[in-house]
Amino acid sequence: MTDIKIKITDRDGVLHEIDAPTDMNMNLMEVVRSYELAPEGTIGICGGMAMCASCQCYVLSDTELPEMGDDEEAMLSEAFNVKDNSRLGCQLHITEDMDGLEVELAPEEL
Amino acid sequence: MIKTDILIIGAGPTGLFAVFEAGLLKLKCHLVDALPQAGGQCSEIYPKKPIYDIPGFPEVLAGDLVDNLMEQIKSFQPGFTLGERAETIKKLDDGTFVVTTNKGTEHNAPVVAIAGGLGSFEPRKPLLDNLSKFEDNGVAYMIKDPEVYRDKKVVIAGGGDSALDWSIFLADVASQVTLVHRRNEFRGALDSVEKVQELKNSGKLNLITPAEIIALNGEEKLESVLIRKISDAKEEITLEVDNFIPLFGLSPKLGPIGDWGLEIEKNAIKVDTFDYQTNIPGIYAIGDVNTYPGKLKLILCGFHEATLMCQSAFQKIYPDKKYVMKYTTVGGVSGFDGTKKEAPKAVVKAIE
Repeated sequence: MTDIKIKITDRDGVLHEIDAPTDMNMNLMEVVRSYELAPEGTIGICGGMAMCASCQCYVLSDTELPEMGDDEEAMLSEAFNVKDNSRLGCQLHITEDMDGLEVELAPEEL
Repeated sequence: MIKTDILIIGAGPTGLFAVFEAGLLKLKCHLVDALPQAGGQCSEIYPKKPIYDIPGFPEVLAGDLVDNLMEQIKSFQPGFTLGERAETIKKLDDGTFVVTTNKGTEHNAPVVAIAGGLGSFEPRKPLLDNLSKFEDNGVAYMIKDPEVYRDKKVVIAGGGDSALDWSIFLADVASQVTLVHRRNEFRGALDSVEKVQELKNSGKLNLITPAEIIALNGEEKLESVLIRKISDAKEEITLEVDNFIPLFGLSPKLGPIGDWGLEIEKNAIKVDTFDYQTNIPGIYAIGDVNTYPGKLKLILCGFHEATLMCQSAFQKIYPDKKYVMKYTTVGGVSGFDGTKKEAPKAVVKAIE
């Protein structure tokens, strides 16, 4: 089993340094949920289909990430609080290349 | 006042299947849903997505699953109050409940089953300072009566199907329609995108992209919006309008159910897994809206929960009736419309 290190700043500004598994077919949104870094029901609402933006995060490190798909790009164009470094956590499949990734969770849409 | 045996709040797959299980027990159901159509998330969010974990269906589109459920429950003649959100609940002296919607429709039942999924779908509102001031004074998130916009100057924001479709429709009604979207690309049916292109080319529709509306102005009612082009120049345009219609899709909110005195944990309603009853006797919660140790938000789990809920509801409504569960292979399905489905009788005939 290979874990990678990810730094996640939650919506209250608290930094969490966590181990994320690369062999569990998980995406970043699911990692956040598994560590309960955001309350259940406020993240991953659509389940991971890029159909809501509840898992939006800002990428703080210069880690190379897979390019955005059409669905992700379209969703982010409709989401709020979007910045140039916004991504949807559910579209970021955890791989070894992501070791050292640093992200901040975007605020919850009210 | 609408009267029924089980009032189901939420017409998603779990709520729909509850109608079937209740029907087998001769209990009538009525469903309330904030969306204008049945099916919940399956119809609203992902009708064209295949689901692979419905037992017996190697692959089924979410929309088709809803169609099948509607067909399965048809003979049990469920009632529907659609496009209305369950707002308040009141317990009467006789122990039954009255649930009233935001439009004042009243429903009376001895059992209430909340199958509310993620909650009711509310329009996503853009983050603008004085937005609420202009709600119903020029700003609307849904178009109920297009005639309101006749000969008005309208600006629509959004890049999905509803933004495209309403821009097309209102182009013939309003005196001026402007569509603002953050990108040049739109996500919608191909013919809608082409139609908007046509309207733009012929000057019947004003398209501003990539851009967003960043401020609303007006004394009493909306008078103009400030549009910022998302380009290097960050050009700003003040556009005089009568109406602003942001169409950014819907997002689910637990909503008023959260104030019904039910025990809530992790944005979900706590239930007893014996019969999925909440802390208020007579109110049940099934499907994605509930939580208990080991909970999984799966449609197939919702079906199971709906089934056990109905058994408990039957005993609550008819405490003195003797009953044992009967298989549909044995008892068939007798609809309230007089139809009966049952296994064909085996032929008993001697072979000579």
